[in-house]
Amino acid sequence: MLRRVRLALGVLLLATLAFLVSGGLSPVHAAETTITGTLTTPGGVAVSGVVVTATGPDGVIASGTSDEKGVFVVPLTAGGTYTVEIDVGTLPEGITLNNEADASRSLLVLGGEKRIIIGLSEGGESGIVAEASGTGERVAQLFLDGILYGLVIALGAVGLNLVFGTTGLTNFSHGELLTLGAFTALAFNTAGLNIIIAAPIAIIFAALVYGWGQNRILWRPLRRRKTGLIAAMIVSIGLAILLRYTLVLFFGGAPQSYQQFAGQAGITIGPFNTTPKALILGALAIVALAATVIWLQRSRIGKATRAVSDNPALASATGIDVERVISVVWIIGAGLAAFAGIYLGLTQNTVWNMGQRILLVLFAAVILGGLGTIYGAIVGAMVVGIFIQMTTLFIPTEMKTVGALFLMILILLVRPQGLLGRKERVG
Amino acid sequence: MPANTGNTTNTTNTTNTTNMAPGRAAAVEALRDVARHPGSSKPDPILIADHVSRQFGGLKAVDVAHVEIQRGAITALIGPNGAGKTTLFNLLTGFDKPDTGEWTFKSTSVAGKAPYRLARMGMVRTFQLTKALSRMSVMDNMLLGASGQSGERVFKALLPFTWNAQERANKERAMELLGRFNLDAKIDDFAGSLSGGQRKLLEMARALMVGPEIVMLDEPMAGVNPALTQSLLGHIKNIREEGTTVLFVEHDMDMVHDISDWVIVMAQGSIIAEGPPDAVMKDPQVIEAYLGSRHGSALTADGASLTAESQGGTT
Amino acid sequence: MDIGQVFTLTITQAFGVTALIYLFAAIGLNVQFGYTGLLNFGQVAFVAAGAYAVGVIVLTFDLSLWLSIIVALIVSTLLALLLGIPTLRLRADYLAIVTIAASELLRLLVRSIAFKDVFGGAQGLNGKLGQEFHDLNPLPVDFTLPIFSWSRQDLWVVIVGWSLALLFTLFVWGLVRSPWGRVVKGIREDEDAVVSLGKNVFVYKLQALIIGGGIAAFGGILWAVAKQSVQPDTFQPDFTFFVFTILLLGGAARVFGPIVGTVIFWFLLAGFGEVLSSLINNGYISFLTPTDVGSIRFMLMGLGLMLLMIFRPQGIFGDRRELALDAR
Repeated sequence: MLRRVRLALGVLLLATLAFLVSGGLSPVHAAETTITGTLTTPGGVAVSGVVVTATGPDGVIASGTSDEKGVFVVPLTAGGTYTVEIDVGTLPEGITLNNEADASRSLLVLGGEKRIIIGLSEGGESGIVAEASGTGERVAQLFLDGILYGLVIALGAVGLNLVFGTTGLTNFSHGELLTLGAFTALAFNTAGLNIIIAAPIAIIFAALVYGWGQNRILWRPLRRRKTGLIAAMIVSIGLAILLRYTLVLFFGGAPQSYQQFAGQAGITIGPFNTTPKALILGALAIVALAATVIWLQRSRIGKATRAVSDNPALASATGIDVERVISVVWIIGAGLAAFAGIYLGLTQNTVWNMGQRILLVLFAAVILGGLGTIYGAIVGAMVVGIFIQMTTLFIPTEMKTVGALFLMILILLVRPQGLLGRKERVG
Repeated sequence: MPANTGNTTNTTNTTNTTNMAPGRAAAVEALRDVARHPGSSKPDPILIADHVSRQFGGLKAVDVAHVEIQRGAITALIGPNGAGKTTLFNLLTGFDKPDTGEWTFKSTSVAGKAPYRLARMGMVRTFQLTKALSRMSVMDNMLLGASGQSGERVFKALLPFTWNAQERANKERAMELLGRFNLDAKIDDFAGSLSGGQRKLLEMARALMVGPEIVMLDEPMAGVNPALTQSLLGHIKNIREEGTTVLFVEHDMDMVHDISDWVIVMAQGSIIAEGPPDAVMKDPQVIEAYLGSRHGSALTADGASLTAESQGGTT
Repeated sequence: MDIGQVFTLTITQAFGVTALIYLFAAIGLNVQFGYTGLLNFGQVAFVAAGAYAVGVIVLTFDLSLWLSIIVALIVSTLLALLLGIPTLRLRADYLAIVTIAASELLRLLVRSIAFKDVFGGAQGLNGKLGQEFHDLNPLPVDFTLPIFSWSRQDLWVVIVGWSLALLFTLFVWGLVRSPWGRVVKGIREDEDAVVSLGKNVFVYKLQALIIGGGIAAFGGILWAVAKQSVQPDTFQPDFTFFVFTILLLGGAARVFGPIVGTVIFWFLLAGFGEVLSSLINNGYISFLTPTDVGSIRFMLMGLGLMLLMIFRPQGIFGDRRELALDAR
């Protein structure tokens, strides 16, 4: 009976996967050919009146102007390689491009709607720290940004840490769990579901297929074969590469946004500039993390997970079903990661390497907190998130990951067991 | 002849040394008049340690006030589980860093020195879980042990003519040692293909290749089948015959009794007794330490009081 | 589909400049990982060091190419020390993470606007990077080889590159059969055992890192000279992962492993790519576009690495018993 239930579940999941893939394929081949995007300030305020031009291979120029929602549409007659330029003169006072190079770029449009992202920043030269309304306010703003960023990192880091703690695997494909979550939601969203509905469905799907499924199909058999941990780590690297480029193949290389909430207007609360979606997602993230922590503390499986993390052999000897714990850990890890991916998709965009970009930051969080300690991931994540954002007071925003990497290397040298870890041999 | 009174104060040794092997005889002679209390001075110590301590979390694993190891003798370091013998062993060989402590090897201060330096000075250790390099051949294992092979320096490595002669000489020495341990037929086999016992012998032979002055054996009998035990004991005796000092950590007193010239007993991080094997085995404190732990003192209230009593009865 | 042309394009890439760059990185990695067991996931940083040394010395400072080669070796040695001294004491998986982090850190620094004057920022350094080298080209004008489709310029690079590669292979062969090689192989398996025999394990690991890094830096030099362009975004961790794939394919800890691995890897990859492109361009496959070929190639690389590690980690010529991969 259980077998049949599992079989049915498997078929259902495969069907959904197929649906997903076809959903992912369709955006590339829709009716009208356009280049479009949304221009907003980092705080989420729409920027209107900006002119965007596209010069085609035959020299023909098409253009579009951003409306009061910040949305611009450049209509094209055919696909091809275009040079897309932003008329910097039409940018309002105090708004500049985040990256000078964005002023002009070459783009291959295959047909249908091609979304592009143009990053804007307020005040100052691009790439250098903006002198906004007073350093005090800037610090407060960055602190909030740091907390929000830290929550996203925490969602990813907890899963990474749990998997490491219970199986010893240093999973280099964990970033892809975020990416897959974001794209799964995108596929459901593109197929017609409002993102508010698509997101939870995607998270559940991710938890089961990318989490439980991955463990069942790949990692459990490898454990049975007694594959060494370094070998498994390298397998995870191969998997990461495979997943990334599969996504490129099916969804294309350009960043995409969800249908809803893409250009949401910002709000100002005291010294903070943010968007409602960021706050709501942040609150949801806190709930998810709190739930996970409570689960680890109170529930039977949660305690079993802590036991296995501590000492798998001993846990097994006391009757704990280690494989069951590992399954649960993968489900939760993938689910949280999917949420993180959707979070990023909603507040920034979805792109094939979004997980890869954040992976090293996730490692930094986990190492800072202490590899293998349950709460270390959350502590580390918050510290890293706030640290990264605060460092933009001194270093250009394009280099903010540098701060996290530097911190990680420093911790490994000075206190390799992390902030919360026991003084285990790491060398 | 004075009778053996069996107490812990100075007892004249009744052993007749005339039929002994010279190394053993010399060791026995030297240790004859040594006081039998923890931390006693030895006539010719090769290793002296002072105020060594090591703490793990809240637990003081090692707290040794003073200990000296006699040159040329076989000294056994024994004690019940958790006595701190392995920790002390690791500290002395440089594989662990002490919290406090000073010690000298051959009159040179060595506390805190990196373990490879100690090995170069002549202190070579083996491991409880044998570290014969399985993926290398037996001969390669042996050659790795040879000291001063200039081909091991990266700049000379590419110039074979600078190290070929040494390599040949080392190979000859290796063959001779391997012959002693009955491993000469296996020189080209991967060490991983040897039996557990053979790997132990290989590790010992390899340690000798270094040309050490003291060999530190970490539970040499661990996991060894009874048939091999005598052979191993014989090899250890041979090492002493060549003038090399031996210090080994062991659990079981019975095995120790056969070959050691001197026994140091540890319990709960400190040394509680020293002396020749006979004397030590009859020492009531030592028996208490073993008995106490065998009854699982940590688990029962009775056991706890037993240990407390034995602690109260220190000399 | 023109099979002849597909074959020519494939074989040219299998032995060509890009393959050579990976080959140097692989020979270097073989010393570090294959023989010494160091999980250096930052190898791309050494290649970048070589490339940028040429770029900076020749373009930014307008000095000689030959000087830049010396500088490249100095920089890669410093990099090895910088990377190694703090991290070599770490456990394998930590070392992997730290080396990737370090290589990304360096890439971001080099890419930054702050150092744009020296390193060229995101655009990098582009220009006549190898003129002195190309001036030495003895091949007659319009010279081409049958079967291969290299230009005269590229062919010169290929000839010198392969000669150097063989030289380095000989060098590695000499090293690993020496007592030094023996120590390093011992370290690969069990450091403590080697320490207990009186060897300064840390120094040996550092030496392996320096030597492997130096050889990889030559790949970078070749890159700069052949491509005349050095850009930060081409030196990402994926490069290192592919070098690992190549090394494992040929057989880690085998002197000819890197060469075999490189040629087979690029032959398969290029071959597959060319065949697929050709089929698409000629209309035999309609559901894919030419840009998809790139993605599919990378997908196969990822899958290949997984299968290699799971089913045949010793690669083609390796000895399973000798692998550094079982221990943690």
